[in-house]
Amino acid sequence: MIPAFAEPLLALELAYWQETLIKVLVGLAAALGLTGGVVYLYLFKFVSFMQSRLGPMEAGPYGSLQLLAEVGKWLQKEDVAPSRADRVVFGLAPAVVLTSTFLIFVVIPAGPNAVIADLATGIYYVLGVSSLSVIGILMAGWASANKYALIGGLRAAGQLIAYELPLVLAVVGVVITVGSLNLQDIVAAQANGEIFGFTGIGNPFIITQFIGFMIFLIAIQAELTQTPFDMPIAESELVAGYHVEYTGIRFLVYFISEFATAVAFAAVASTLFLGGWAVPESWGISRDAMHWVGPLVISAKAVFLVGVVFWVRFTFPRFREDQLQTLAWKGLIPLALANIALTAVFKVVF
Amino acid sequence: MIGTLALLAQQATEHSFDTPVNVVFYIVAAFMVFAAIRVVTTDNIVHAALWLIMVLAGVGLNFLLLQAEFVAITQVLVYLGAIVVLFLFGIMLTRAPLGRADDLDNNMKPIAAVVGVLLTAVIAFAVIRTFGDDRLTFEAYSGPMAEAGNNRTTALANEIFGPQLIPFEVLSVLLTAALIGAIVLARRD
Repeated sequence: MIPAFAEPLLALELAYWQETLIKVLVGLAAALGLTGGVVYLYLFKFVSFMQSRLGPMEAGPYGSLQLLAEVGKWLQKEDVAPSRADRVVFGLAPAVVLTSTFLIFVVIPAGPNAVIADLATGIYYVLGVSSLSVIGILMAGWASANKYALIGGLRAAGQLIAYELPLVLAVVGVVITVGSLNLQDIVAAQANGEIFGFTGIGNPFIITQFIGFMIFLIAIQAELTQTPFDMPIAESELVAGYHVEYTGIRFLVYFISEFATAVAFAAVASTLFLGGWAVPESWGISRDAMHWVGPLVISAKAVFLVGVVFWVRFTFPRFREDQLQTLAWKGLIPLALANIALTAVFKVVF
Repeated sequence: MIGTLALLAQQATEHSFDTPVNVVFYIVAAFMVFAAIRVVTTDNIVHAALWLIMVLAGVGLNFLLLQAEFVAITQVLVYLGAIVVLFLFGIMLTRAPLGRADDLDNNMKPIAAVVGVLLTAVIAFAVIRTFGDDRLTFEAYSGPMAEAGNNRTTALANEIFGPQLIPFEVLSVLLTAALIGAIVLARRD
């Protein structure tokens, strides 16, 4: 299955730093490429069709180069900071948010070897680094010297703390079933699994952990502050929330990290619940072939799940702050705990 | 001076001395000390909380250097992702002026210094008494990272849910009691 021109590549022996450099560059390209694709596909086109309009049509065929034009526009704009702002914190905040986003991609496997770092505690690491973005958001809200920004930052922090718990608890069901925190183990368990002896589709955890999957999706919707959970950036009351004072390249960083986080969480969700990069073992696709089929499979699943997030975003109206907190603390968290208890019982019984 | 340097260089290249890990440790430690001093000397309360993040992240890095991956991530998740965020949240909800604040100092400095010195002495004594000349063995592993790491995470889990089960559960109950206590104190009805 390996083309002839690629043979010499396989014989290459790379030093650790060379391997790491290549992995990081390829990972960055994949993350940014997928993010750009998702922005064009959903934010430009999908929503336009839902609203009976065409969306961008001028830049490139069907407006496909619109995103590059937008990036060019943002890069040209003057980088303004409010005169009373805390300059250092104001400047660092977007970097913190973006770092938190890109660190998630480090452990997402896209093939048998295609992962930057195959950590034993992979999913735990994802939950850990994704929680860092709250710090950046609070920094931005405070340092902007703007009441709207501060209120937006506080709302965002309250919401992100509330929805981090269901996010973590939804994952626990999968971890109990597999008995490992490693994402490759979770993928393998689904590819090799069987449903009452039927191996045709493996055993994706969306079936046994459907409650966990739904809680996870709702929680990432809230973590991404997408409608119906967009109280922190509600245009009609807060202008744009914590990033109201940001322009030019700094706003671009927030924009990229918003959609890159959507891609990252969707990829994590597809790894946990939809089988990740693997196809069921019974299909008999060789491991060699999976080196290039795997990335396509996980990308397709991730893009599909981002589509679900955006579908919800463009369909539902905004929650009120109390409804939002009630849903998390009185709805999702007890449900997730019940799911954990039930999964643990099933794990012991069967 | 040159003799000392030569001695240090000789020690650093000795077999038992894990050079890269030690070099990184001293860099991280120096940065942590600097950040910790900034926490108490900065004249803006939000800056103090942000410097505290640096100190706690340094602790996480030290756990990583000790190859305790699970503990390091727990440090990030609990301290950086939750506790400091709650600090920031609380500060910003109440009073968080931009710029310098003059009322952050009080006249407790000498007492604080005494407490600090005593605490350092107690911790140093306990650490030296317990570990003394113990040396960590840094296993260089060639297999997949996941395998090597998994064993250590498994060992930690076996320790917590085996011999240490009772203290672990008691701690959980204690934390729950604290949580309920906080709710009772905060509720007005």
